[in-house]
Amino acid sequence: MWDIGHEFPPQSYVVTRADLVRYAGASGDFNPIHWSDRVAREVGLPGVVAHGMFTLALAGRALTAWAGSADRVVSFGARFTAPVVVSDDDSGARIDVTGRVTARDDDRATVELTVTCAGVRVLGAPKAVVRC
Amino acid sequence: MPLYPGLAGRTFGPTAPYGVGREKITEFASAIGDQEHEDADTAPLTFPIVAAFRAMEMFFADPSVGIDLRHVVHGAQRFEQVRPLRAGDVVTAQLTVDSVRSAAGVDLVNTRTEVVTMSGELLCAASATLVHREETS
Repeated sequence: MWDIGHEFPPQSYVVTRADLVRYAGASGDFNPIHWSDRVAREVGLPGVVAHGMFTLALAGRALTAWAGSADRVVSFGARFTAPVVVSDDDSGARIDVTGRVTARDDDRATVELTVTCAGVRVLGAPKAVVRC
Repeated sequence: MPLYPGLAGRTFGPTAPYGVGREKITEFASAIGDQEHEDADTAPLTFPIVAAFRAMEMFFADPSVGIDLRHVVHGAQRFEQVRPLRAGDVVTAQLTVDSVRSAAGVDLVNTRTEVVTMSGELLCAASATLVHREETS
């Protein structure tokens, strides 16, 4: 499964307002743009947005599921390119994660991911190196 | 106001010791929707941000830095991990400003925060790009 071109099973995650509150508490990041529509609009956002780190954490869950263990991951990161707007309802936002092996040497593989919300890429060049 | 000459190369921290607990790992895992996190002793991939964030708060709070948090956007984040954090680890975090670059009304601040055990073993380096808008409106 670590051959170049291998595609991992896509993963989907739903993010609601309650999840953002929970993540704020667990991470210690209480920036109000992640829980207050008023503050989010004041800085020009359409409404409350997910923490970039929350979205990256979901990509990390997908990667860990594919790799079988967090121990295998050597590096992991992305740029935050578009906000994930989380509406104030029960459906929230859906994050879709796909991944594909794009490089390989003896014991390491590069996995490039795509992370989208409603068809828009919300992470730029999400990529990981995994021991295989 | 442009950023704080001489910022590149400065360090912030180390933070007070942070003890990684099973309950915190489980709390963080369920907060990212991993309700059935199987191994409560091994932290999720992005968990080191919890320790790194404390060093980042020291950086933001330093008046000589001159960053206005309301004008900061998290531009990028990367983790290089030696191994995942585990329950029982006691770690500190120290942030180094790698570079500051100005372009088109924003300052791009690249930081690297090392998360190390009390005996100095590097577990993870968390690199963040912070985008700081200069306007004060």
